[in-house]
This record gives sequence, C-alpha cells and structure tokens, in this order.
Amino acid sequence: MAKLSKEEVLKLAYLARLDLTEFEVEEFRTELSNILTYVEQLKNVDTDQLSPTNQVTGLTNVMRDDKLIDYGYQPKKLLENVPFVKDEQIKVKRMVG
Amino acid sequence: MKRRWGQWEPIESLAESVRSKRISATSLIERSLKEIKTYQEYNAVILTLENRALAHAKQIDKFVNEGKNPGKLAGVPFIAKDNFLLTDSETTAASNILKGFIAPYQATAISRLEAEGAICVAKANLDAFAHGASTENSDFFVTKNPYDKTRVPGGSSGGSAAAVALGMVPFALGTDTGGSIRQPAAFCAAFGLKPTYGLVSRNGVVAMGSSLDCIGPITTSAKDAAVVLDVISGQDTLDSTTVKSDPKGYSDISALNLGGVKIGLVKEYLNQGVNNEITVALNSTVEHIRSRGAEMKEISLPSIDLALACYYIICPAEVSSNLSRYDGVRYGYFNADVKDLDSGYIRSRGIGFGKEAKRRIMIGTFVLSSGYYDAYYKKAMTVRTKLIEEFKAAFEQVDYLIGPVTPSLPFKIGEKSANPLDMYLADVMTVGANLVGIPAVSIPIAFSKDNLPIGLQVMARQRDDRNLLALSMAIEELINERD
Repeated sequence: MAKLSKEEVLKLAYLARLDLTEFEVEEFRTELSNILTYVEQLKNVDTDQLSPTNQVTGLTNVMRDDKLIDYGYQPKKLLENVPFVKDEQIKVKRMVG
Repeated sequence: MKRRWGQWEPIESLAESVRSKRISATSLIERSLKEIKTYQEYNAVILTLENRALAHAKQIDKFVNEGKNPGKLAGVPFIAKDNFLLTDSETTAASNILKGFIAPYQATAISRLEAEGAICVAKANLDAFAHGASTENSDFFVTKNPYDKTRVPGGSSGGSAAAVALGMVPFALGTDTGGSIRQPAAFCAAFGLKPTYGLVSRNGVVAMGSSLDCIGPITTSAKDAAVVLDVISGQDTLDSTTVKSDPKGYSDISALNLGGVKIGLVKEYLNQGVNNEITVALNSTVEHIRSRGAEMKEISLPSIDLALACYYIICPAEVSSNLSRYDGVRYGYFNADVKDLDSGYIRSRGIGFGKEAKRRIMIGTFVLSSGYYDAYYKKAMTVRTKLIEEFKAAFEQVDYLIGPVTPSLPFKIGEKSANPLDMYLADVMTVGANLVGIPAVSIPIAFSKDNLPIGLQVMARQRDDRNLLALSMAIEELINERD
C-alpha cells in the first residue's frame, strides 16, 4: 500500500464521522499505510475454493417465542444518560444547515 | 507456582464457608476492599463499589441466617472489567466518550454471578474499548504489572489480571477478542480462560468485534475458572449467538489423566522469534507432560502466520461498525458547540475517542469502504475459513494444541506504544483461537530469571471447554509438583 494521501485520510475520517487534528491526519497517513501494508499479505493467499466465514457457531435462524418479555428497563432511567432532554424527549441539533 | 501476594482459598471453599457460617460474606468483602486499597498504586481498578458490595454482602449474610440458600458463589468477591455494564453504576470501558455513563441494566454474566451470590466489588481498568495489549490505551491511566511496576500487565484485561495477581479478589471477569484475557493472564501469572465463542452471553458488555468477542474468567486456578464458567455459561435470549453449555457442567471437573492424551505442539508458533526463556519454560513443561504418558507431537497450522493480518482486518471492521453507535445523542459525550447534528457527531467523536479507537475505526472504515471491501474484508473472511479448516484438520490428529501465549515477556511501559503495529504483534499467538471460535487457556508455568511471569497456551476443539479445563488442572498439578 502506497502511503495514503491527506485527502484519503480526510475522506475516511468524514465517513467515520471523526474530527482529526492536522497532526492526527499526518500520523494516520503513515500508521494506517503501515498497517494496511502488513495486512495485505493476505492478497497472495489462494482462497478460490473457499467461501467467507461470517460466524463460527454454526447456529442458524435462532428463534424465540413472539412474546413480550419485561426486562425491567425504565424509560426515565434510560433518559438519564441522554445529554439533552426536553419534555422527556431527546433533543438534537438541527439536521439541515 | 509461587505467587507473591496473599491468595484466596478456592472459590468453592469460600462460598461453602459463607454458607456454613464459618465466615461472613461481609468479612470477605471487607478483606477484598482492604486489598484493593492496599495496592491502589498499581492502578488496577477504575471504580470501587464499596457501598453496593457491602449492602449485597449484608443481604447474603441475612439469607444465611434465615436458612435460605445464598447460592453457589455465596459472598465471593469479584472484579469486572469496566466494559461490563452493572446496573446503576458508572461503566466507561476506560473511555472518555462513556465517562459518566450510568448503566440502566446489566450484563447477563454479572446477573448470573449475582444470582449465585457472588459480589462485584470493583471495575477494572482496560485499554479503552478493549483496544490494546497493555492497558496503555486506557483514556484514564496505565495499570502496572504486579511483578514489575515499570512493565505493563498486558491487555486489554490488564486491570482484571493485575487485580487477581495482587490478591484483591479470587476472580475477575475479562473479555477476549484477540487475546485480551490470555495475554494479561500470562503477564500476571494468573489463569485465563477464553471460552468457546458463544458459550457466555455478550449481552450487556461493550461490543468490540462481535464475531470474536468472548467473556471469561481470570483466576488463580483452572478449577476456579471452571466454577465461574459453570455459572456464567449457557444460552441467553438476549444474545442469539449463545450456545448451550456442556450438559455435565464445568464445576465438578478433576485433573485429566495424561496417559494417552494427544497433544500437538504448534510448529509455527515456535519459529516466531519467541523469547528464549519462554521457549525453555515451554519445552520443559512439554517434556513433563510427555513423561506422564501424553502423546506429544508437532502439528503444523500452515496459514497461522496469516492469522494476525486476518484479525487486523476483521476486528477493526467490526469495531468501526460497533463504535458507530457512539453519536452522543442517547448517551455518552456530546459537544453542543456546533451548528448542526452532523458536525456534532464529528466533533464529539473526535474529542471523545482516544487515539487507538480512532485508529481502528479508520482502518475498519477503510477495509469496509466500497472499492476495498472485496480485497480486504471479504478476503480476510475467506482466509478465516482457511484457518478454521486447518484447525479442524489439526484436531483430527490431536485433542489439544499447545504453544506460547506471547512471543515476549511483559514489556516496559512505553516500549511499544509509539508503534501501533508492534503492539498488534503482541497478539500474534492468541488471535487464532478467536478467529476459529475455539476455547483456549493461559496457564502460568514459570518465572523468568528476572521474575517475570511466563504462560502456556492450550487450545481445544469448539465446545470442549470442560476437557480443556481438566487438562489445565493436570498441567497445574505438574507445575506444583515441580515447584
């Protein structure tokens, strides 16, 4: 992997919704390139006959009865962790600029 | 194995003493709280739950006095890694973004332990969000290795392992996504169990890599780990990836008779520039096991050298997905000094996440992004299949696989933190078991000439946790005889 460009790092940061400092952008250009170069060793592995593994348990279609189970979650308690609440509703910043 | 600190009686005897009124739950909790205070300087603990634990102990003592059954683990204190939710307590995963988060519900593993009378006395330090192999990535502070304060305790469950080594509690809960129970256990001369994937519910534990995350105990013996596993394992409607536990349970195991047991030495692990003292300790233990009639032979896992590369694609991919939920809207840090919601996400996550979380989110976002998905993520998932097949082939020849836990002895604080890839390499021998979903343990087998702990890793077939623990008991007996 050639060294990531500043634009590539900034694009990833936006996709991941991460504010990075100028310093972090430069650091990540080097570090991410090194890490990606390391993991690229997989490219040479012959995997033509294999399919990808999504999970290792072998469980399929795990079902449960369609019944309401009360786990005792209390709305009031859940709202206590919300940074901004108004009239028992979650308040967010405006969506459109 | 000579340990330095005051140790607890076996978990079952502690609980029996409480049930038979030889000792009160309150006095066990007081002892634990005192030990936590005494060894504060090691930074093993983020939060002590003094009031909650003492109230719980009082209730157990009341139960005992009323002739009610207080449970299999009555009064036994434990510490949970701070990525386990505990109702009405702060749970931070050692991250700034979750600082101040009060859990409105709790992990199934914690509830199952509490239902049997175990008492959570504290929350342990970790690498933030369990990203790391040293606890240096904690957003709060670094835990020190009990055997050398200038060295790391391993990670990410470094606080849990140090707490057990220091005798604060008889057991601690950890999580293991790529070695985070086994590596710190090895660095702190503790016993660490990463169970079969799905054997312990992940409900209520801060998610890291969902296809890899396992929950398990760190203890001072295999038997204690079995006793804890017996309580926390089994299906849970709140985690649909859980599997049934062994119908025989785990707590009644005894040391496996080594006669005729087939054990494979993973050849590739021995070629990886392993520290010489670790190699010597490993070889001597292997000879010892062989002398008791076990059939030892070298086994090749041809693609195991690729496991780390495979892991550092799959794990960050899952991390980037799991950490996308930290948007500061429903919980966690939110910086309101912005014009709209999107800028709020960006600003809050930029401030709230530490360097390693950001690094993994970035790698994960890269390998999952269009144009790179097939070449990186899908390729890694396919290599994962190859690894599973190679382990399967190995387990047709032998019943257990054995090797080092780590290539190096506990390293110095700061030694690897400047180079993330160096830190990732600390996981090189442990990630295989996570990718394949099999159980694995770390057994303390020796100390180096500088008195640094050395561990031995043993892996078994999926859902063969019971036999793995019985074999571990047998190996512990050999080590104890030797010493």
